[in-house]
Amino acid sequence: MTVAISAKEIISQLNTKFPGAIEEAGADSVLVKSDSLLAVAEYLKTAEGFKFEYLNYITAVDYYSYFEVVYQITSLESNRSVVLKARSYTRDNPTVPSVTGLWQGADFQEREIYDLMGITFEGHPNLKRIFLWDGFPGYPLRKDFNQ
Amino acid sequence: MTTTRELTLKTEPFVLNIGPVHPSTHGVYRMRCTLDGEVVVDIEPVFGYLHRGIEKLAEERTYTGFIPLTDRLDYISPMSNNLGYCMAVEKLAGIKVPERAEYIRVIMAELQRLANHCIAVGSMLNDAGAYFTPFMYTFRERERIVDLFDMVCGQRLTYNYMRIGGVSQDIPGEFLPALHKLVDRLTIFIEEYENLLKLNEILLARAKGVGILEKDTAINCGISGPVARASGIKWDIRRNDPYSIYDRFEFDIPTCENGDCYDRYRVRIEEMRQSLRILQQAMKQVPKGPVKADVPHLIRPPAGEAYAHIEAPKGELGYYIVSDNSIAPYRCHIRPTSLINLAALRQMVKGWKVADLIIIFGSIDITMGEVDR
Amino acid sequence: MAIFDSALIQPLAMQVTPPDWPGGYWWHWLFFTVAIIAFVLIMVMGAIYLERRGMGRMQSRLGPNRTGPFGLLQPVADAVKVLLKENIVPTTADKIVHWLAPVVAFAPVLVIFAVVPFQNGAMLADLNIGILYVVAVSSIATVGVFMAGWGSGNKYSLLGAMRNVAAVVSYEIPMVLAIVGVVIVSGSLSMNQIVTGQDIPYILVQPLGFLIFFIAACAEINRSPFDLMEADSELTAGFHTEYSGMKFAMFYLVEYAEAIAMSAIIATLFLSGWRGPWLPPWLWFIIKTFVVFFVMVWTRTTLPRVRIDQLMGLAWKFLFPLALINLFVTAIQVVVWPDISQWIFVIVNIAIAAVLILLWSKFFKLGQGRVEV
Repeated sequence: MTVAISAKEIISQLNTKFPGAIEEAGADSVLVKSDSLLAVAEYLKTAEGFKFEYLNYITAVDYYSYFEVVYQITSLESNRSVVLKARSYTRDNPTVPSVTGLWQGADFQEREIYDLMGITFEGHPNLKRIFLWDGFPGYPLRKDFNQ
Repeated sequence: MTTTRELTLKTEPFVLNIGPVHPSTHGVYRMRCTLDGEVVVDIEPVFGYLHRGIEKLAEERTYTGFIPLTDRLDYISPMSNNLGYCMAVEKLAGIKVPERAEYIRVIMAELQRLANHCIAVGSMLNDAGAYFTPFMYTFRERERIVDLFDMVCGQRLTYNYMRIGGVSQDIPGEFLPALHKLVDRLTIFIEEYENLLKLNEILLARAKGVGILEKDTAINCGISGPVARASGIKWDIRRNDPYSIYDRFEFDIPTCENGDCYDRYRVRIEEMRQSLRILQQAMKQVPKGPVKADVPHLIRPPAGEAYAHIEAPKGELGYYIVSDNSIAPYRCHIRPTSLINLAALRQMVKGWKVADLIIIFGSIDITMGEVDR
Repeated sequence: MAIFDSALIQPLAMQVTPPDWPGGYWWHWLFFTVAIIAFVLIMVMGAIYLERRGMGRMQSRLGPNRTGPFGLLQPVADAVKVLLKENIVPTTADKIVHWLAPVVAFAPVLVIFAVVPFQNGAMLADLNIGILYVVAVSSIATVGVFMAGWGSGNKYSLLGAMRNVAAVVSYEIPMVLAIVGVVIVSGSLSMNQIVTGQDIPYILVQPLGFLIFFIAACAEINRSPFDLMEADSELTAGFHTEYSGMKFAMFYLVEYAEAIAMSAIIATLFLSGWRGPWLPPWLWFIIKTFVVFFVMVWTRTTLPRVRIDQLMGLAWKFLFPLALINLFVTAIQVVVWPDISQWIFVIVNIAIAAVLILLWSKFFKLGQGRVEV
């Protein structure tokens, strides 16, 4: 059974390692400040005892006042998973750091989010629209997308 | 082995568009390949020819009303898509599925796995150039599985059978005997198919050692399903994160070591055997009882979010649903197995020939309906 | 007609009037030309029917069965359909080359039949270098194929054409060496005399030569598993991707006419041509031709396609040395023991062939694998 690690278990470790990086620790997810997302993700991926080397999925949700990018990562050895979240509070040009350097599988998924949700992933090597054509007006998955 | 490039003529790489309309791209996929003669130097996948905005459509439909659309994702295995979505909504709303429905769901999911692998293996060999014979053989058997689906839900392609809290209707009385017959038949068929191809010299020459996917790369790319297991990752959600009632059955998780095209073919064949094992156990245990929990038509799950994933035939299929306590999902994200499995394609095909590119691509087994959504 | 009796051609007619046919040289020429074209077209229709129905049977489906009794008129329907289609020339094509290619490909195939003996002496020209002529003429079709590939202005076509040229250049050598073995045993280059000399079919006297010739012939006329030039799963249709209508029909005709021609030559060289008990000789000849063609259909439905480097490897590492050894062994047998019963050679040669094939398959691995890019 994949054990979903609750944020409370790892929050103390993360807080000592990255003071101020954790915005909020929910019941089943860790909300990370977007500028320290990369450091936290790398720590979780490589640190002994975590080894979350498998990225299940990335997605993004539009909550009007902010965009939330959701990452679920799994450790195949210990069979545990954790959900990371990062938020971007601007609607004009929301930006989140890209995790492509850590997990190659993030490549297409970040492009998809960029395409449909309009979130820019900083550091992505090939960030362009994946499904829709260049010049498509707007970002369809945003809640204020006008059809 | 490397060729001595200094001794050959100076040549220029050229760009070849494979797809979007091409016999071997399994839909409307397009690869912009840079070729040096026959050798693939680089490829760039181009998606989006089948993009229908299903995630957006989900936000405008009721929870139940979205089930038919999930059929259109991976149209080779709609039952699994139904199952994953229903499980996600049930997790969100806290619905308990009746025993009988769970068994029916498992039977359908495993039949679907068999049907999918039939097509996957057949079309991979078709890509390898075996002119439709293995393909027709597997299609013949898939047809019998589809007959069973026809029996339970009246559809042959988009089944729309699962419901939130169970399945749409009970299986008819003649279903289980027919399933029994089918399982026996498929056991023989797999042996026959293996005899035809397992030691085929040309298939070995074409597929063994071709398109190797290293274990580390596979993990890093988030590859799942048979492709990952062929690379030696013993990861199967049915076993590692048991959902439904999979913890009640005995089955093995076949893995291979090399991660080449031949291993991916072998893993699929072995998985078909394991699916038959699960079916044999499941059909003996099906209990009596209701097949659908008492769920309102316009279900309003409490606000929150849920991620449910299943081991679909192609790999991890997950649904991330956010609810705002209305009748429609606030956000429904589908983890696209096929899209993520393509992430490593570039590494796999570099340096191989055009013919290898086709068989490597075929061995990954994707459906464009799921890639583009 | 006056022209046929003109003094200019009279000496020619005196030279080569066949023994069993009335009339002068030009009547003979006219009759056989018309007869051969009719024969080739009818045989091609038979071949298409046999291939489609036979393949259908092998692939557990019906095949065409709606046009005429048992679908016998399907080739006619195909022909009518394809002739009524619009002729499309791509804008990037080299118009003249594109137009000329089917003609250049078609003519030599028809010309091959000039020296094929349908029964004793029943042939357009009993050339004393018949088999050499066949080898020379059959290669010209490649020029047509390459023109098609180059003139289409399509990269798929070009790749297919390049593959074809490479394959023909390589396979011509083992093929000719295999023929030389037959020529040494029979002591003649004339097709008719090769047949009259075959008291024991040369498939038994030259088993290795037969296998090499069959494989090389398959490769040269693009039959599976060597159909890389049109590799439907890789290059959509290879060199004739851009052809439609009448011109496509020409290529389609060439493909089957070549297959029939090669079957006829194999039947002549190795299966004792028109010789056989009870039935009339021409019937024996047609039966043998179709038996060989059927084996080609059979391999097509059974085997996956090889890769281009494996194709080359097979020619140069496998067939070429074996053909040389075969030639050497045959020459020794003919020179040293000219008077021994051929049945002894049958046994010896079959043993030699078996040993050599086993040895060679242990020594060599086909293809080169990945190239660093």
